[in-house]
This record gives sequence, structure tokens and C-alpha cells, in this order.
Amino acid sequence: MTDALSLEQLRAWVDGFAASVKEHREELTELDSAIGDADHGSNMDRGLRAVGEALEAKPPADAAALFTTVGMTLVSKVGGASGPLFGTFFMRVGQALKGVDAVDVAALTAALEAGTEGVVARGKAEAGDKTMYDALAPAVAALREAGAASPGEALAAAASAARAGAEATVPLQARKGRASYLGERSIGHQDPGATSVALLLEAAAAAGGGARAT
Amino acid sequence: MKKLINDPDDVVSEALLGIDAAHPELRVDHAQKVIYRAEPTRRGKVAIVSGGGSGHEPLHGGFVGLGMLDAACAGEVFTSPVPDQILAATQEVDGGAGVLHLVKNYTGDVMNFEMAAEMAAAAADVEVVSVVTDDDVAVQDSLYTAGRRGVGVTVLVEKIAGAAAEEGRDLAEVARVATEVNARGRSMGVALTPCTVPAAGKPGFTLADDEIEIGIGIHGEPGRRRAKLGTAKETAALLVDPILEDMPLDRGTRVIAFLNGLGGTPLIEQYLMYHEVSTLLEGRGIEIARSLVGSYITSLEMAGVTLTLLEVDDAMLSLWDAPVSTPGLRWGV
Repeated sequence: MTDALSLEQLRAWVDGFAASVKEHREELTELDSAIGDADHGSNMDRGLRAVGEALEAKPPADAAALFTTVGMTLVSKVGGASGPLFGTFFMRVGQALKGVDAVDVAALTAALEAGTEGVVARGKAEAGDKTMYDALAPAVAALREAGAASPGEALAAAASAARAGAEATVPLQARKGRASYLGERSIGHQDPGATSVALLLEAAAAAGGGARAT
Repeated sequence: MKKLINDPDDVVSEALLGIDAAHPELRVDHAQKVIYRAEPTRRGKVAIVSGGGSGHEPLHGGFVGLGMLDAACAGEVFTSPVPDQILAATQEVDGGAGVLHLVKNYTGDVMNFEMAAEMAAAAADVEVVSVVTDDDVAVQDSLYTAGRRGVGVTVLVEKIAGAAAEEGRDLAEVARVATEVNARGRSMGVALTPCTVPAAGKPGFTLADDEIEIGIGIHGEPGRRRAKLGTAKETAALLVDPILEDMPLDRGTRVIAFLNGLGGTPLIEQYLMYHEVSTLLEGRGIEIARSLVGSYITSLEMAGVTLTLLEVDDAMLSLWDAPVSTPGLRWGV
């Protein structure tokens, strides 16, 4: 069963993401104060703390339940744009994993694709708008290309792609969300949502046994 | 950070305790962070729910009451409320005639209200119509932005649509009135100082002592450009000119002129600015039918003002003049 992620590994992914956001809370807020309203770090941290409490209170029986709980908790607790966007992402991932026995690379790819589609439907973002989509889309593409690799290797590739995608938002002019009000002044800053996506995929790679990407 | 708070995490919930204690005519659901009128919605009256991030007080909770809102959902500071809150408020205030959601055009507010409206339709069988306000001329309304922000006109929409609902008009008609007010209103703001979100602990941006931010948003998000601080007369022109460029008004047009303080600007400066603004408008032959001066949609302790001009007709004025009794606005009762 080395080609599928266990429920424990998936749970470690979520916990690792929460820990990473907590660790980078100030950095995320700093990025958000440059082009947004300085609350991305604190909101994500608050939401993921609530996720931890929800998972403790009712340990999920399978991967679908795990990610559905993560998504619903984020929608209920975060607010702002991040709550609906990250919440919808995880809820769609959960839906896609319903009835899936082995969370292998193919299942992960399908689930993250579904999650990304949910983000696009909710936020109406396109590539290059300087949003979380600019980190998600390359991560999903990397997973797709990873094909027969182990989950750890595939997720490591996805994490590298997400990090590169987040860094590639720096020269972009924002066309969505509050950053878009800045016009050209949004250029030169990394998008906080895309940065959180990089943390998410790096946590996945760490939990999946792949090398940490940064 | 120098604020009268206990813990940054408890600012919203503890402010709601104070609102509850100060206003027996309101009822606060502390678990959901929703402010209601103490009396349930009259059967057959369209209910109006608004909400948004906290830190803009008296908006929105201070406008719950006769002639305005039925419920206001309080988000974290500068963060929109979540769908659960909005859904709970929507179900609670529905009096059988449907619920109007009034939403400021900010990405987060729009998404959370949208999710709540979907949930209300699917699970609760409540008819919901949403009207999004987007009156801020500082933002270029194009494919390349999230669209104009909803700012000062939101107060005027809540008052005027609230009066229409109180008269017993149906949901489609109340929504039409709200849409019309938004379409005829324009706003522009200027900040002299930034503000500090309690959870962040430091200002969202910085301004030099002699600098102003033109086109400021109500969340401390920077505007479009900076300039040296000039006189009140010069600053008034920075507000009036872009509004009238965006919405040219013929001589003889009647408006409601709403000069709003952003939280840190004293009323004496607001009145001084109102004088400059009204002088400019008179010079252009625009008739101020009604005025509103004060801090009604704020950005924590930010110093600065916003100006909203709303082109009105007799029908809109009579709704404006209708009785209102809320913590933030009260007349005719």
C-alpha cells in the first residue's frame, strides 16, 4: 500500500498545514497588508485552529469526511474571501474522495482538480489574475504529469510547482479581490492566497513522505 | 497599538455585549453574532438583512430598527460574516414576504452572502433577493478589478429601502428601490491617517504627516494615489470633482449630500468640510435637498472623510423622510 496515502497521512497533511499557517501567520499578514487588508494570516490561522478542534471532537472515518469537515469548518469560521474559497476547495476535495478506498496519485489528482474547479466557480478567477488559482493550477498540472510516481514524489513536485506559482504572482497586476483596487501598485508583491496554497502543498508533500520543497 | 480593548480576539463579541446592554430595543444573538430588532418581523413585511466586517460602526448593527434593517450580521473586524450567520439571520427574520440581502461589493462579502442565499433557497425555503452596492468612484469599474466598492451609499440604501419595506411593499419592489438608490449614488473618500486592525496590531499602511490617500476604501486598503495634504477647500474638490465626472448632474438636480467621517475626524472638521462641499455644489447649481453629516460608516480610528451624493426625486425623498428609529439614525418618531 505504499502507493496510497493512509488516513493518518492525510490527517497529518491537514495538521501540518495548520501548523505551517500558524508558523507563517505574520508573513501572510504582512503580504496581505501590502496589497489587501492585513488579515489573511490571522483569518486562516483562526479557521485552521477551528478545524483542529472539529477534527478532535469528531474524528473523521475516511478521507471524504476529513476534507468535508475541513471545508465546512473553514466556510463557517473564516469569513472574508478566504473562507468561501479555501472552504469550497476542501469541500470539493472531500466530495471527490467519497467512496474512494485508496487515495493514490490518480485519486489525489482528481480530487485536487475538483477542488480547483470549485475555487474557479466561486471566485471566477483566471490564470494570471494574481490569486490562489495561480498556485493551485500549476500544482494540479504537476500532479497530473507525475503519473506513475509515488504520492510522496508527486506531491513534492506539486509543492514545488505551487511555490513557483506563488512566486510568479509577484510581477502580476491583481485583477480580483481587494488587491485589484490598487491597480499597478499591486505589482511587486506576492499574493497571500497563493502563498497559503504553497504552504498547503508543502504540507502535503511532507505528510506524503516526499522531500519538503523549500 | 493603543486601544480600549481586553483581548484582540474578543473585540467583536465584547462590543456586541455592549450593544446588547445599551439597546433594549435590540436583541443580540451572541453565538451567531447577529443583531435583531427586539420585536419579530411583522407578518407580510419584507425583511432586510445586511452585514459585513466589524469596525465600520454604526454600520450595520446601528441601523437595525424601525424603518431600516431587520438584522445585521457582524463579521470579524474588516472580515465579512460567514454564511452560517447570514443564513440564521435570514431564517429568523423572514416574515413570509421574503428577505432582501444588502451587500457591499467586496469579494468576501459577496461570496459569503451568495453562499448563504444558496443555502436559504436549498434548505430553508426562504425567498432571497440580493442587492449589491457599488458606489465608490475611486475604483475603475472594469474587467480588471473586483468592481466598485460599496461604501457610503450603503447607509442611504439601508434607510430608503428600509422605509419601502416598512410601508409594506413587496420584495421585488423593495429590491428595485434599493437598486435604484445604488445606481444614483456615488462616493469618494480621502484618508489622513491609517487605522489598526486589533488582531494585526499595527497600521495596515503608512502615510507621512503631510500625506493623504485619495480614494481610500473603508477597510484601510490603500486607495489609488497619494498627494500632499492641502486645504479643506482643495480636499473638498478632490471629493466632488471625481463624483461629478463619473455622474454628471444638470443644474437644478436635487441630491442628498452625505459627508461621512471615517472614525478619527472630529465633527468640527466634518462640518467645515461640509461647508466646502456644499459651496462647490451650489456653484454648480446642484440643489442639496437633504444632508447627512456625521460618522456613519467608519474605518476604525482612521482620520478622513467620504462624500456620497445621491440624485433624488420626490418618491425617494419621501422614503428618506419616513420615520426611522435605530441607534444610528432616528427621526420622525
